[in-house]
This record gives sequence, structure tokens and C-alpha cells, in this order.
Amino acid sequence: MTELRDHLMALADKAVAAGEGPRQAAPHPVNDVMISHWTEAMGDRNPVYAGPDAVAPPVMIQVWSMEGLSRDPAREFRRPMDDVFDALDEAGYKGVVATNCEHTYHRYLSTGEELTSSTRMVDMVGPKRTALGEGYFVTWNVTWFSGDEPVAEMMFRLLKFQPVVPAEKAKREPYPLRPAVNDDTRFFWDGVQAGELRIQRCGGCGELRHPPGPVCPSCRSAERTHIVASGAGTVYSYVVHHHPPVPGQEPPFVVAVVELPEGVRMVGNIVQCPIEEVYVGMPVRVTYQEMDDELTLPMWAPIPEEA
Amino acid sequence: MRVVAGSVLPPLTIELTPTVVISTALATRDFTPVHHDPAIAKAQGSKDIFLNILTTMGLVERYVSDWAGPDARFRGIKVKLGVPAYAGDTLTFSGTVATVGENEAVVEVTGSVSLGPHVTASAVIMHGFGESPADLPPPRA
Repeated sequence: MTELRDHLMALADKAVAAGEGPRQAAPHPVNDVMISHWTEAMGDRNPVYAGPDAVAPPVMIQVWSMEGLSRDPAREFRRPMDDVFDALDEAGYKGVVATNCEHTYHRYLSTGEELTSSTRMVDMVGPKRTALGEGYFVTWNVTWFSGDEPVAEMMFRLLKFQPVVPAEKAKREPYPLRPAVNDDTRFFWDGVQAGELRIQRCGGCGELRHPPGPVCPSCRSAERTHIVASGAGTVYSYVVHHHPPVPGQEPPFVVAVVELPEGVRMVGNIVQCPIEEVYVGMPVRVTYQEMDDELTLPMWAPIPEEA
Repeated sequence: MRVVAGSVLPPLTIELTPTVVISTALATRDFTPVHHDPAIAKAQGSKDIFLNILTTMGLVERYVSDWAGPDARFRGIKVKLGVPAYAGDTLTFSGTVATVGENEAVVEVTGSVSLGPHVTASAVIMHGFGESPADLPPPRA
């Protein structure tokens, strides 16, 4: 692990030291067709983006240099950080998600302007544990030029991560513990299958209750309905289970009472978090864990770390 | 346009249909499969296809300029992403004017989906109190 990190960091250092990459010409000049695709898709009706004196929406700066689906080898070029990305892919950090983007516009662009851009890697930080999986944050800067005039700058950061999705489904043994599903609780487990965390609600007085039951403890109505929870929660209390052994679970593991903003509490395992980092008051989010080919259980993971 | 610090922008709600997620990804020339191919998005651990960051920025720009009007000019936009904005969800923007200078205003924007905050952003706009600087094209008549 340390060896891999050293290898990745060495590549990152090299990319940072390489400084600014070559100026790359944008595939298309600033043009009204791409502007109208953008404004239609965004629902942006600002009149300055249409007509004979149109200017381009400033956020589009990044669009002008996007390579798109072009497979023209003559246009292929490598940015300073591409070796780092290749190595991260090879090491299993195949997931990608953008986390930060900052644009600075020196001026607006008019149709017909031909742009170039150059890229400079800033840094790489990691490995960091996130709700998506372990990963590295990679940051770079881009400058766009019209002729030799810098017209816009960008700072961009993304997370390259190892997805925590169970990879080899075929090998999975059936999980030995099954929830008791009956007429009172079926709505909850159907919800879990559908990726929803459902809370029972009294059809009479509207009170929420969990765990589900046949009769409202407040108004004694047997009418039942449910709502879908936001999925957010806070650790209200927890235990670290060491003993006795539990079938299908590798001790130690954390069992928590999670308080939901909707007003009920649920019992569930805390996952994707080192045991020693769990604390009362920790913000968590529901995550659906596939225990085997048929059973999914709702569990709780820490909210992603901020970049 | 008259703005003061603390002015609140009217909210904007956008239904994130697959058409919105895909048409915006393609309009930004972002062909990464997680923005149009549900199977690949799910294989990465995502619930569904989700908005690309450039679209999020574009929607922040639209939200602020819908309110600020065609005379406003953006000097910069910063976004920080939170939870993903999946197809099928609803994105709701709210915003507040943070500061107003002689020539510039800073607008702080939050875009939330059912999972929580999807984006926190700030936009610096020239709001037309003074003369437009020479390097900005004048607003169209």
C-alpha cells in the first residue's frame, strides 16, 4: 500500500514539476450553434446569448476545449496529469467524481473567437477515505487564451476512487440472517429493495413510528401509511460488538442507534468507517448493502469528507 | 438593478429528468458514460446517471442571471459539490446576495436535492451600478 502510494505520489510530483502543458487548440471556434445547444439544455433565456451580437455564456469556457467523442489521432494530446490518471486507473481507482470547480472570467467571448488552453497540475492528496470509497483528490489549473490574451482561468478538483460496489456477485454465499418480513414490515423491506428508507406513518393522526407495528401507540388507529426518509441521520448511540460471534458478520463491528431528522430512531450497522472514528453525533447517511444476491440491508456510512 | 447585501433570490426548481441530465451533459460536450449510461453509472456505485459538474455550474449561472438580468456580467463562479444530483430527483436553488461593492456583487447559491445539498456556489457579478469596464462587451440593446 505504501509502495503504491509512493509510486502514485512520485508520478504526481513529476506531473506538477512538469509545469504548464502545451497550448492546445479548441476543436471549434466560439459559435452560435453550440451556444444555442447550451442555452436550450440549461433553460437559459438570457438574451445576450442570442442574436447577431451574441456573447457566449461564460461558464461555457470549458466547453470550447472539450474533446468530445473525437477519435482523431491527430488531435490526441496528453495533459500533464494524464500519467497520474492512468496509474490510478491501473491501481483500481477507476471511479471518478468532480468535487470543486472555480472559474474566473477576464472577459466575455464573441462568436468566431479561436481559443487555446493549457493545463498545469497543482497537486494530489490521498489516499482519503470517502463514502464513495478510498481515493485521491487531484487538482489542476487551466488557462484559456484568445490569441495570446488570457481570457479565463479554472481550478478543477476531482476524486479518483476505488468503488465499494461488490465486484464478484457470483461468488457470494447467501447471508445467513434474514429479516422477519410480515404484513407490518413488508413496506419497509420493499422500500429497501427500491432504494428508499421508509418510515411508517399513522393513517389516523399522522404520527411517525419505527419500528413498524400494527397499531398507532398515540391514537390506536390501525390505518397505516408511510413516508420516505431523506436518508440523513446522526449517531445517537452505538456499541462495538466483539462477542459473541454473529453469523455472517466479522467482529468487531459497530451497531448504532441512528436518529433521523424526521424524528424516529433506527438501529443499523455503521460501515465504511474505521471503528475508532465513530462517535455520538456523527452525521451519517443511509447506504444500501447487498448482503447476497437477494438481500439488501440499510446501513449507515459517514457523510463524504469534504475536499 | 438595485441589490443590497442580504437580498434573497427567488427560488428555482428544476426537475432532473433523464432528458435534462443527458441533454445538458451533451451540450457541455461531456460524454463520460456516468452522465448518460445508467448501467455504467450503477457499476460505479451510483444510484443512476447524474449531472456533470459543468452543468451544475451552468445552472448556477442561469439561476443567478435569471434574477440579475441581462445587464449582469459574471467575473467568476466557484462551486463545491456535495451529494450527486441523480436523474429522477429535483434540484432546488436558493440564493442570497452576500456582499455588494461599488461595481460587483457576490451571490451565494445552494442547490439541494432529496439527498441534501448538491452544490454550494458563489458567483461574482458586475451588476451595472457603474460603467461597464471596457473589456466587457456592452449589454445588447
